[in-house]
Amino acid sequence: MKKTTLLLSAVAALAMSEAALAQDRVVNVYNWSDYIDDTILADFTKETGIKIVYDVFDSNEILETKLLAGSTGYDIVVPTGTFLARQITAGVFQKIDKSKLPNIANMDPAIMERLQKYDPGNEHGVNYMWGTTGIGYNVDKVAERLGADYKVNTWDMLFKPEIAAKLADCGIYMLDTADEVVPAALNYLGLDPDSNSPDDLAKAEELLLSVRPSIRKFHSSEYINALANGDICVALGWSGDVLQARDRAAEANQGVKVEYAIPKEGALMWFDSFAIPADAKNVAEAHEFLNYMMRPDVIAKASNYVYYANGNSASKPQLNEDVIGDTAIYPDEETVNRLYTTSPKDQRTQRLLTRLWTKVVTGQ
Amino acid sequence: MQAIARRLVIIIPFLWLMLFFLVPFFIVFKISLSAPATAMPPYVPTFDLSAGISGLFEKAKEFSFENYIWLTEDALYRNAYLSSVTIAAASTALALLIGFPMAYGMARAPENWRPILLMLVILPFWTSFLIRVYAWIGILKPEGLLNQFLLWIGVISEPLTILNTNTAVLIGIVYSYLPFMVLPLYSTLEKMDYTLIEAAEDLGCTATGAFWKITVPLAVPGILAGCMLVFIPAVGEFVIPDLLGGARTLMIGKTLANEFFNNRDWPVASAVATILLLILVVPIVFFQQMQARAQESGR
Repeated sequence: MKKTTLLLSAVAALAMSEAALAQDRVVNVYNWSDYIDDTILADFTKETGIKIVYDVFDSNEILETKLLAGSTGYDIVVPTGTFLARQITAGVFQKIDKSKLPNIANMDPAIMERLQKYDPGNEHGVNYMWGTTGIGYNVDKVAERLGADYKVNTWDMLFKPEIAAKLADCGIYMLDTADEVVPAALNYLGLDPDSNSPDDLAKAEELLLSVRPSIRKFHSSEYINALANGDICVALGWSGDVLQARDRAAEANQGVKVEYAIPKEGALMWFDSFAIPADAKNVAEAHEFLNYMMRPDVIAKASNYVYYANGNSASKPQLNEDVIGDTAIYPDEETVNRLYTTSPKDQRTQRLLTRLWTKVVTGQ
Repeated sequence: MQAIARRLVIIIPFLWLMLFFLVPFFIVFKISLSAPATAMPPYVPTFDLSAGISGLFEKAKEFSFENYIWLTEDALYRNAYLSSVTIAAASTALALLIGFPMAYGMARAPENWRPILLMLVILPFWTSFLIRVYAWIGILKPEGLLNQFLLWIGVISEPLTILNTNTAVLIGIVYSYLPFMVLPLYSTLEKMDYTLIEAAEDLGCTATGAFWKITVPLAVPGILAGCMLVFIPAVGEFVIPDLLGGARTLMIGKTLANEFFNNRDWPVASAVATILLLILVVPIVFFQQMQARAQESGR
């Protein structure tokens, strides 16, 4: 009698621990800050029973340093194209198993094609969002200083010293990354935005130093609030971030009007992709997460929240009109042709770029 | 038996130093002799023990001092070291000026007050360092508490720009490291024999004279310890200049982080760290010898 009780309780314990194991399926996600609608994460757990441990970063450099050191503990990370490419070369990622991703059929072939530049054969990543690096501005303050008919469709505002000087007192911010700002300067000078030539980079440095006195701050996230509060006139920033500033300004109802422009000279187009580190522990769960994020209704919800375009063509009918209809998010054909992409830099060029940037920012 | 015990006493701190200082230092030093690569980890050569001793030697031939030569070629690094040492020295001097009267007051306070005063010095540590530095942003920014107060009492008519300047960095460092100055000063001043001062005054010395001739010389070990505890971490400080400093604040901690994160050049970052360590170790050894000599002659 006693033996049976013991056995029974042992079986019960075993069953319970098995249930606990099943419950403990997790996926560890490391994504950019302010880059998802939280309800998507909750819905995923509700549908699949897989718990999401969600961490955020705010620069590709931080992500890359962690990945190169290894054993990050993350199952999904979201690097930008040029970083993805270098990390693939370094052997950071495993190949994704497309047989587990039926929803990959929903992806936009044009975006997949562009991503091949970074990830040949689309073997290591799936696009999450893409966007542009352009100009965010305070409509009224710019009109006040440059005249009501000044058309904000050119980099002149940031790269022509006499025009930038007129905006200096009301505030100009720039992203604090050479990888984004230097290509814009090269492009403005009519040079190849993806150039590795030291001569070209020297010209970009000269241009940036000529407008440096008019720039208040280099920072990669503060401009959202600064634009929304009306503290600054112009920011060189990411499309979706500026649009979030536009919405925050509208909500605050303090008479601040923010807009985003893709300059006529062209702008950088970038892609953020999901990828699975080679040492990820929950590979099956990571694939389930990827497949979920490629479901049209889910990714449409994400885009409607963060104001970035996604690479999923099946999601387009479910996007809000203020997302799909906004040329700042989904630019028209003619604008897309003016967008350029950059490729990863070799060690020598990267060093030149960073050194140039230190000189521009600190004056040293 | 006694010899063994004595050796044990020495060997424990020695092992401690070995494990937590020398081993990490040699890892960093080794990386500083490598070359950057697009790999995991991002440098070559990496050592594989399976290759055996001869394999290790073969790999070690790839080492070079190239990264150190690089550091001398660009004025950026020299300026960053100099500027860090200057900021750290200025903060140390300020912390001493503020910390000494505090410690003196505490040491001379009635005995039953002292634990409370000591508690007040330690209390800020109960809040995260990061949050305390962030709080300074709220105090120092143009529309922050300090400017509002100064405008209100009418000392200034335009808000002062303090945040994102070297002044803000100085304030941040002095604030954060002040307890490290006060505590060693307090412990020496508290142990001081104050009848010496009475004796000096009885013999016709003025109060100021007695302070300079007796209190300060007796407090030297505390002053030295406090200054080291403030100066050494301040030189390599990264968080405070990053949060409170401006674009033009040049400090070696920031330069090192740039090498590590933006250039993903671990070897050069390691070389910067090695030199930083040398800059710090030399004055420590020098001070220790000076102290040892002072103690010898004092006997």
